[in-house]
Parts: sequence; C-alpha cells; structure tokens
Amino acid sequence: MQLTDRSKKTDKSEMTLLETLYLPEIARGMGITLKHFFMKKPTIRYPEQKRYLGPVFRGHHILKRDEQGRERCTACGLCAVACPAEAISMVAAERVKGEEHLYREEKYAAAYEINMLRCIFCGLCEEACPKEAVYLRHDKFVPVFTSREQVIYGKDQLVEDMNDRYERDAWTKEEMQKLWDKQK
Amino acid sequence: MDSIFILKTIIILVIFAVSLGIAAYETYFERVIAAYIQDRIGPDYAGPFGILQPLADAGKLFFKEDFIPTKADKWLFILGPSLAMLTALLTSAVIPFGDSFIYAGQAVLVQGIDVNIGILWVFGIVSLGVYGILIGGWSSNNKYSLYGAIRAASQNISYELAMGLSIIAILMMSESLSIRKIVEDQHGINWNIFYQPMGFIIFLTCAFAECNRTPFDLPESENELVAGYHTEYGSMKLGLYLFSEYVNMFVTSAVLASLYFGGFNYPGMDWVHGFLVKSTSFTVGHNLATGIGILVLLGKICFFIFLFMWVRWTLPRFRYDQLMNLGWKGLLPLSVINLVITAAAELSGKPLMGSWIGLACFAVVLGLIWPLIKPKKTAV
Repeated sequence: MQLTDRSKKTDKSEMTLLETLYLPEIARGMGITLKHFFMKKPTIRYPEQKRYLGPVFRGHHILKRDEQGRERCTACGLCAVACPAEAISMVAAERVKGEEHLYREEKYAAAYEINMLRCIFCGLCEEACPKEAVYLRHDKFVPVFTSREQVIYGKDQLVEDMNDRYERDAWTKEEMQKLWDKQK
Repeated sequence: MDSIFILKTIIILVIFAVSLGIAAYETYFERVIAAYIQDRIGPDYAGPFGILQPLADAGKLFFKEDFIPTKADKWLFILGPSLAMLTALLTSAVIPFGDSFIYAGQAVLVQGIDVNIGILWVFGIVSLGVYGILIGGWSSNNKYSLYGAIRAASQNISYELAMGLSIIAILMMSESLSIRKIVEDQHGINWNIFYQPMGFIIFLTCAFAECNRTPFDLPESENELVAGYHTEYGSMKLGLYLFSEYVNMFVTSAVLASLYFGGFNYPGMDWVHGFLVKSTSFTVGHNLATGIGILVLLGKICFFIFLFMWVRWTLPRFRYDQLMNLGWKGLLPLSVINLVITAAAELSGKPLMGSWIGLACFAVVLGLIWPLIKPKKTAV
C-alpha cells in the first residue's frame, strides 16, 4: 500500500563514477544557494513595519457609539452569554432624564469589563450583539500585559473615541476582495 | 636606512591590522551571507546595514564572565586560545600582498618577510595551529572537548598530506619555495590554476579541512559534541578561538589566491604599469601600480572568503568515516597522480598542453578501470 504521495523513490543503487566525484552535485547545490542569495527577501521588519492583517482581523474590542456620540450598548448581556471564555461582565443601569445625549437606549452598561487574559478573540460577542455595539478592531492589537492590574479592560479603554472613530475597511466579501486586489 | 625600516614596520603593522579587520568583518559577512542564502536579511540593527555588529559582538564577549572550570588545567586552558590566535596571525607574514613600494630609491616589498622557504613556513605554522585546539580541548578536562580536539588533530594530519602533495606539484613548476617567486611566475594571466586544475580542487578541499570549516567542521560538530573543543570556553577566550578561525580563513584565502590565482597579478598589469609610469614619474607610477595589485589580491581574497561561506551554507557536514575515506582513499591518491601528471608535463616542455592531456588521459583511464576499482558497498 502506498503510504505517501512522494513521487520520487529513494535511490539506493550504487553510485556511478560521476556521482562519487561529488563535484557536479556540489556545483548544482551551490547554484541553488546562489540563486537564493539573490532572491527577494520575504522578511517584514516587525516593530517598524507591519503587515496588513485584512479587514476581518479580530483584535482589540471596541464599544461603538452612534452618529450622535451616544453609546449603543444596552447592557442586554447577550455578549456575556455568548462568550465561551466568560471574559465579559457588565453592570446595567437605567438612563435618567438628561442623559439622552449619552446613551441611545433606556438601559445602558454602567460598567463593562473584559478580562483580556480570558478572551480568546473568537468574535462571538460581536456576532451576538443585537445593537451593533461591540466589535473587534481589525487594526489594533491588545498590547502585552506587564501586571495583573492591566488585564481587565473597563469602559475607559473600550468605548469609542468620537475624535478617532473606528471604521471597518470592508463589510462584505466583495469589498474585502477589492481590498486584497488593491494590495497586490 | 631608518626610513626604510619605518616603512617596513608600517607595512607589517598594516598587514596585521588588515588581517584582523578583515577577520572581524568576516564574522559580520558570514552572518549576512548565511542570512541571504536562507532568504533572510541578517544583522542590520547595529549601525547602517549592521556594520557595527563585530564591535557589538566583541563588546558582548569582553563583558561575559571569564570562566575557568575547576578541574581544568588552568595555564593550558589559557594557552589554548592564545596559541590558536598566535599561529593564525603568524601565517600572514610570508604572503606577498603586493609587488613593492619604491621609497627613497629603494624598493620595499609589500610582505612581512620574504623568506626563501615561504610555503614551508605556512605549513609549519598551520601544523602548529592544531596545538591550540588540541591543548584547549585536552585541558578542558571534558570528554566532548577531548573528542573534538582529537578529531581536529587527526583530521588536520590526514589532510595535510594531500595538501602538501598538491603543493609539491606547484613547487615543481616554480622551482622555488618562496611564495613571492611562485606569484611572480604567474605574471599577467599565466596563473597556476590553468596548469593545476586538479591540484587546485585538492588544495581547496584540504584548505576547508585545515580551517575546520563546513563540510569538515567535525572538531566542533555541535550535534554530536556539544561544541567540540571549545565546549568549556566562554568570554573572549571563546572569542579568540572563533576569531582565529576567521583569521585562518583570511590567510588560507590569501595562500589560495597566491598559489593558484596569481596573487597580485592580473591581466594587463604591464600595460597599467607602463601607462601609470608614463603619465606620472617612475616612482609614483610604480607605487600606484603596486597599490592596484594589492587591491586585486584583496579582491581575490574576498572571493575566496565568500566561497568558504558559500560552501558552508550549502553543504552538510561529513560523517567522520567519510572524512577519513575522502582524505586517505580519495585525495591522497589523486594528489599523487596529479604529481605524476605535472612531472610528465614539465618534462615534455609544454606544461600547459601537457597537463591538460595528462588530465584527459587520467580521466579516460579512470573511467575505464572504474568498475574494477570501485569501493565495495558496505552495510551501514
């Protein structure tokens, strides 16, 4: 029975005179290495130079605001339920009079915390959200932690900054394909 | 007389500094060439294109702990790397790096010393070089170091034979042991490589083995012997071992270029010399022509250094029995045959044609009798 799809069999026959000389094969091998010597290098110098990860990369979480700058999250808890790692927890509160410019719905998240050590960046929270409030950014990583105090991200780190709004580069497959084509 | 003495001193110091400087930059280029052959970029953070990398490496080595194992023989442990470095640097004394500089009406040779036993000096010192490795490996009091040292010793002894025999063929042509005489015989493009193609290949292979470079770097084969003879070494003592290897590479390249590729000779050198002398004065023109010759030799040396690295990153390491088979059963008989061919070619009066006809005859005969003499396949 054939176990591999390797087409070339190991040749165990005796070497001819030319093969025992080694030199032709050495020359061939050196030709291959010289070819690689002049090839274009695929290296990306990471900290200075970053690869584009595509429009659907799942990175840093963001709690979106709407066009008028109101928080979309209504603290329904569906993201916390969907989360397989149980990384999300929140405290709901009722909107009082005079806060209409801050929160879109009548209920909002007074606290919204994501434990970034637990999070596996699966994106299920993003899919579960009925209010299009929570997203995983494609353009930003969650940075490295140096102490346990930095692990839990609160609303201060998650809610969108209105001066620096987050936009996906592409929402559909077709748009994404266009982006990739432009890259080439 | 005094100014000549000073000029000679300057030349010797410059040769010393250049061989050290080139050795330092060999460590950098080794890494860059390795990287390029493996489709990487290599060190490029220390300074523009990483050219300060040798300084960074040396600085790191100097600040590491200078460690001597308790059970090691302390003085021999220190002597080992010193001897390796000393012998590596001594060899370049007899290599003619250029023709001569004319100063105050006297010609000063661009060479440490022009001794009439030049190539024997190189051989003597290179043979001493193995003592550095042997003493270091033995005094470490560690079985892997000792294995590495013994391997180095037997490897160097085995390959010196074929190397010496291939050089005798050169000596038969030049009728002198002085490297300067050998180089001057190859005036213009009358290089020895055209007379001695097989001798060159034998010498090149042996040079790889003598320098302990891949594919013959068994003394330090890291997957069998940890790091071979320098397992116990750290800090600048390890640095000296590694550095002496690179100095050896430089000197071997210079010897290769001098013996087979005409040293500082290049095609059209007479025309360049005449042109420079005509357009300036004799002294200035001659000195300029010598300078060009030095640059040509350096170019050849750089090519050979590149060849050393290129081979290192192409070929895998030989097994020890393969190494010994190649040395004793392959290169030694071949170099004897090369000797016979050269002798016949010299006697025929037409050395160039004679040696090629001899090689062709040898190839035909070998092809015919190969079925009879081919080695038996042994079970591994």
